[in-house]
Amino acid sequence: MTAKTDLSSTPDSLPSSPLIHDSRTLPRWSPWAFLGGSLVVATGLLALIGTPTPTGVALLGAVFFAISLTAYSARVEGRRHATDRFATTLVTAAFGAAMVPLVSLLWTVLANGLPMLTASFLTSDMVGVYGDIQGGVLHAIVGTLVITAWATVISVPVGIMTAVYLVEYGRGALARGITFFVDVMTGIPSIVAGLFAFSLFTIVFGPAYRAGIMGAAALALLMTPVVIRSVEEMLRLVPNELREAALALGVPKWLVIVKVVLRTAVAGIVTGVMLAIARVIGETAPLLLTVGYVAQVNADVFNGRMTTLPVYAYREWSQGRVGVDRAWGAALVLILIVMLLNLVARLVSKYLAPKAKP
Amino acid sequence: MSKRIDVTDLNVYYGSFLAVADVSLVMEPRSVTAFIGPSGCGKSTFLRTLNRMHEVLPGARVEGKVVMDGTDLYGANVDPVEVRRQVGMVFQRPNPFPTMSIADNVLAGVKLNNRRISKSDAADMVESSLRGANLWTEVKDRLDRPGSSLSGGQQQRLCIARTIAVKPQVVLMDEPCSALDPISTLAIEDLIEELKSDYTIVIVTHNMQQAARVSDRTAFFNIEGTGKPGRLVEMGDTSTIFSSPSKKATEDYISGRFG
Amino acid sequence: MTVTSPTRSPRTPAAASGGTRSRRRSGRGFYGLSLGAGISILVVLAAVAAFLLIEAWPAIVASREELDAISWLDASSLAVYIGPLIFGTLLSSVLALLFAVPIAVGIALFISHYAPRAIAQALGYLVDLLAAIPSVVYGLWGALWLQPVIDPFFRWLSDNLGFIPLFADYTPPARNVLAASTVLAVMILPIITAVSREVFLQAPRLHEEAALALGATRWEMVRMAVLPFGRSGVISASMLGLGRALGETMAVLMIISPGYLFSFFLLKPGQHQTIAANIASKFPEASGLSVNALIATGLALFTITFAVNMLARWVIARRKEFSGAN
Repeated sequence: MTAKTDLSSTPDSLPSSPLIHDSRTLPRWSPWAFLGGSLVVATGLLALIGTPTPTGVALLGAVFFAISLTAYSARVEGRRHATDRFATTLVTAAFGAAMVPLVSLLWTVLANGLPMLTASFLTSDMVGVYGDIQGGVLHAIVGTLVITAWATVISVPVGIMTAVYLVEYGRGALARGITFFVDVMTGIPSIVAGLFAFSLFTIVFGPAYRAGIMGAAALALLMTPVVIRSVEEMLRLVPNELREAALALGVPKWLVIVKVVLRTAVAGIVTGVMLAIARVIGETAPLLLTVGYVAQVNADVFNGRMTTLPVYAYREWSQGRVGVDRAWGAALVLILIVMLLNLVARLVSKYLAPKAKP
Repeated sequence: MSKRIDVTDLNVYYGSFLAVADVSLVMEPRSVTAFIGPSGCGKSTFLRTLNRMHEVLPGARVEGKVVMDGTDLYGANVDPVEVRRQVGMVFQRPNPFPTMSIADNVLAGVKLNNRRISKSDAADMVESSLRGANLWTEVKDRLDRPGSSLSGGQQQRLCIARTIAVKPQVVLMDEPCSALDPISTLAIEDLIEELKSDYTIVIVTHNMQQAARVSDRTAFFNIEGTGKPGRLVEMGDTSTIFSSPSKKATEDYISGRFG
Repeated sequence: MTVTSPTRSPRTPAAASGGTRSRRRSGRGFYGLSLGAGISILVVLAAVAAFLLIEAWPAIVASREELDAISWLDASSLAVYIGPLIFGTLLSSVLALLFAVPIAVGIALFISHYAPRAIAQALGYLVDLLAAIPSVVYGLWGALWLQPVIDPFFRWLSDNLGFIPLFADYTPPARNVLAASTVLAVMILPIITAVSREVFLQAPRLHEEAALALGATRWEMVRMAVLPFGRSGVISASMLGLGRALGETMAVLMIISPGYLFSFFLLKPGQHQTIAANIASKFPEASGLSVNALIATGLALFTITFAVNMLARWVIARRKEFSGAN
């Protein structure tokens, strides 16, 4: 055992071995070799008892890999290095494990949803659809966009102004209280937000009232804390020097906030709002309780039930048969909208950001 | 375009902590007054009270009088925003607005206040202010480029142009060269020399050579220990302060025998 | 120096012109707006509690006969009805937490200390992508993809470890609480990972380098310098994840075959139900007092998640104070 990396070696063993001479580490490529070998062995073993499936090979291969590499390393490099290699394997495997749902989820949605993604699916609603007629999601797309837009209209001004208060004005107990309750608000379950919107409108307009605005109110409740958090973060990134420079020019504080602070942070704010929208646009439960489901397009947010993509997907799934296909189609449309929002958010932040270099 | 400032018995507090105590001094128009002293002696804090910028920090307050042109800047009816328009400030690190072009940075005082200005007036103002800051020839061909595209020294002169575009009576400078290289520093010092024919200039500096080069009068601030307030030790003509200071502490500091 | 631009007559600061006064008003108006927005957050949160309580009240004070009239409420009182729901909610969430926390800590370590710097951020983005997927899609995925995939594993569990009551009596399809918790675990993975990653990245570099300089392997460095530092962060991250899992509706609604029992048979269908999924399944058809009863269960859920989140935030806040003192 060489002395360089082993703390447990006794001092008298030190002089005899060269100081930096460590032939007893595995070469860099050895983990890859072990991985390949483990996968081959796993495939072989599974082939002996049946047909090897990718999941089986991956699982068994990972187990073989962890055991064989650790054992070999323990023999060659010593126990401490073996533990290190084992930990590295576990940590990497954890990441791999998280990729399984992500990849399989995106793959299933694409595989099942793409065949549904026809022009007629996107441009027709569910009026008069029965049996194996494909039907469409137009009413759900309209509903989702309208309701989310209203939720944005409600939550963004409140969110931005609250963030402005917390960053630029707020001190003392009130600001601390608001910060704390914004955090708590982030944790409100979406279904509770739905119940709140339902209760609110029931108390004000009576139990029979149904309108898209109820859903928008529920979504706004979920969205506001997210907007506050991200805007707050962005405002704190604006250097204090800019505020002082503007104040020293004799600009009143509120104009400094509007024209310097908010202007400098606008890219981050827009990005944050987009991501907040992306978060609530897929909400199902609160809309199920308040806005419900209807077969035709309804763009009037103050009157009558509206269909949204998530509720549509849930409802069609629960109807079974061709409904399941429609559900996948709607899920794909929904994910595409979310991805589009994420993409736009990134582009916006790229183009609106202050340019340091011309 | 240039006013005298009289300070009498000024105390500056952060919360209950007395940061600067008992300062009384006069800053003459059309001259450069330099504040020198060791770190933490309160000279920057004191400078920021002259245009009420210290109020930006929570808990900061002031006792005493700062009189400019017969008006106490801390009088009950005085709007700090108006004070800052009369008493401009240049900061330690150049801080042009990153979202604005060079020209817009010069016009920032006008534009940020939502005031309208005709195109030709704006062009005149940009040119005269940039000329005033010795920057015109360097940037006249790229006025629409971002202010942050300039070098550090140019950025600092842009900040000075931005300050004088508002036409203040007084220009405060808080270690304006500490973030700059020696050549840029020289350019700023030359500029200060020119500016003093139009403005009352007050500069805080750590560089005693600089104080000796640019200022007409020098005030030495000192602090007795941590937790104690900073005080004005003495003030006089720069030549006197540097050649024959009346106080031992000043002499120690100037001859480098201090911390 | 000559100044050629339009000259403003020198004004003294005291001359509070009309312009100054209107500017001051705008300033105060803007401050008022931002203050109002901040206060509205407190008001809304209070309103959530108040409106839920108002709407739940009729069910809370209803007599046994009135409750009996609700077709699905087969219990002597509201409390007896809510009991198994709370149990189901807690059980599914705690199971999800048990699956998610070790994996999330692993991912967070992988991104903060193991992955190459150049791609670490991209990998983090991949995990964040999991958070961007709508819950109904998780429901579809769980009900249609995961159930057949997880089925052989449950069979094996039931056949080999069935002598432990927890794993006894698996009946396919996999519409049991363990399957639902698996999906919940995936859904709360991103938040736990994100918070843990932040904490691990904040681990003092000096300690890490000190450990490495002593000849520690990477894992020993992580164990000595990173994990102790991040412990409270991981705890609060887990509680935030727990809060999410408690309130998640669709995944449970679309996977679990509901039952209203205090049961530990994790692989048996028809044993458990969560508050959120129960509301979502019954609410669209409910009317009259049954709506109030469902809102009462929602109030219970609100209280539980509120408590969990407050606790999590309190842990985080306390940690901040500690690190500030150092």
